[in-house]
Amino acid sequence: MRDHWKLLLLAALALGLTAVFLTIDASGDWDYVLPRRARKIGAIALTGAAIAYSTVVFQTLTNNKILTPSLIGLDSLYLLLHTVIIFVFGSSAFTAIGKHEQFALSVILMVAFSGLLFRMLFRIQGRYLYFLLLVGIVCGTFFSSISSFLQMLLDPNDFLLVQDKMFASFNNVNSDILLMAALISIAAVSVFYREFKYLDVIALGREHAVNLGVPYDRTVRRMLICVAVLVATSTALVGPITFLGLLVANVAYRVVGTYRHSTVLPAAILISVASLIGGQLVVERIFTFSTSLSVILNFIGGGYFLILMLKEDKT
Amino acid sequence: MIDVRNVTKRYGAGQGIHDIHVRIAKGRITSLIGPNGAGKSTLLSIMSRLLPMDAGEVSIDGLNVVQTDSERLARTVSILKQTNDINVRLTIQQLVEFGRFPHSRGRLTSEDKQQVEEAIQYMELEPLRNQYLDKLSGGQRQRAFIAMVLAQNTEYILLDEPLNNLDMKHSVQIMKVLRRLTDELGRTVVLVLHDINFASCYSDAIVAMKEGRIVREGPTNEMIDSAVLKGVYDMDIPIHLIDGNKICVYFS
Repeated sequence: MRDHWKLLLLAALALGLTAVFLTIDASGDWDYVLPRRARKIGAIALTGAAIAYSTVVFQTLTNNKILTPSLIGLDSLYLLLHTVIIFVFGSSAFTAIGKHEQFALSVILMVAFSGLLFRMLFRIQGRYLYFLLLVGIVCGTFFSSISSFLQMLLDPNDFLLVQDKMFASFNNVNSDILLMAALISIAAVSVFYREFKYLDVIALGREHAVNLGVPYDRTVRRMLICVAVLVATSTALVGPITFLGLLVANVAYRVVGTYRHSTVLPAAILISVASLIGGQLVVERIFTFSTSLSVILNFIGGGYFLILMLKEDKT
Repeated sequence: MIDVRNVTKRYGAGQGIHDIHVRIAKGRITSLIGPNGAGKSTLLSIMSRLLPMDAGEVSIDGLNVVQTDSERLARTVSILKQTNDINVRLTIQQLVEFGRFPHSRGRLTSEDKQQVEEAIQYMELEPLRNQYLDKLSGGQRQRAFIAMVLAQNTEYILLDEPLNNLDMKHSVQIMKVLRRLTDELGRTVVLVLHDINFASCYSDAIVAMKEGRIVREGPTNEMIDSAVLKGVYDMDIPIHLIDGNKICVYFS
């Protein structure tokens, strides 16, 4: 019952922040301000939810609370893609390619990459999840090395464009793309909705899950695809946000006193959305855009990550 | 009956188990004994579908363990491995409730709750039921996991070294619980044991393994024999009859 109230409280917090965000300093210009801000809120809510959901599920699948799905190298693939486009075709081509095409290309490439990674690894029996992570980390490092090499050679003006892509931004979200991203994410979650009931058991680890009758390999494979689609979509929408998932998942575990995903997941999603909106408010109103949200998030997230590691070390 | 036919699993050079052929009778306690690395745990993991086999076939009550739906099998056979690290913070009560998952898929009915209650009482865990697992001693945790297996309430129960971490009192308690499960409810128990005196006093049949093969199998009375044990452990083990139990004195 207490968790029930906590969820309500979190929902109220997220809604309250949304209301503040939509109405603060509007100075009567509703027709101009509201649609713009609503679009931003939409992007924030979608990204926050997708990242929270994918991180919690990923941590359950790997039985590890300090991992995030960005470890499989999707963020660096996203950066590499944009660097290569700018490097090969120049900044003029970059602006010539429509936003829709860029979005579609990013999503397709990232999903294809994770699909390839999983396909290759599911042929190998055994402790594949950690092996998968390792391969993902190696690929990620490889991608970012190529990216930084190419960035060295870029014209400074072109580099500015790349730099723009390095950090998540909610400021220029196209409403068509937002709708497309929302549809893809909802589809990914609902297609695999039936696997949801297995998550609590999978958290016990492979052997217990198999003993309790969970079709383990199939479920893990499907949930990983769902995670990959969600991460790819949200990254393509706003750019890479590395630490957000780790941060909100672990805060959610602390806040609710249960292991059940039916409570943990909504809590993580609400915390994620609330902290993104709150963070964006701080960036816009206090720092007046002199810094970006992902810089703040990476700072807080990185610090929290260190605390987590030190704590894990002690136990 | 558990029917193991020509099962082979290769690990590296010469390791694994080779062409294992064994039938485990229903309604009995069968102990797997043998030196370290004999393949006892491997055999148990293959029987319970935790590990894929390279060749051969295993069926439990006619259900082929590779082809049968995992959920169906989970209502017939349960397995508990020797290491049970869990990354989730759970109380004993919550852990034992997981044992009902194959029956209720997470929504506990009143019958499920009753089974959980019985399992906790069987293992004498009532005073600890709301304690978190990470705060318990190794033995208490082991009993909690066995309670989970009991709550799963399957015809066949496979246990990999269930007496690990347990003191004498609780080892005897668990063996007695298993005895009751077979005698009163007709359950079939297969377990890996290291202390052959537990095997001698509480099991009906013994399967002895060595270097990935079955050395010999038979009723406990025939198996607890100096000549047989010499072939398994390469040790001279005198056997004394104490209060009707054959006790092996292996402290030479």
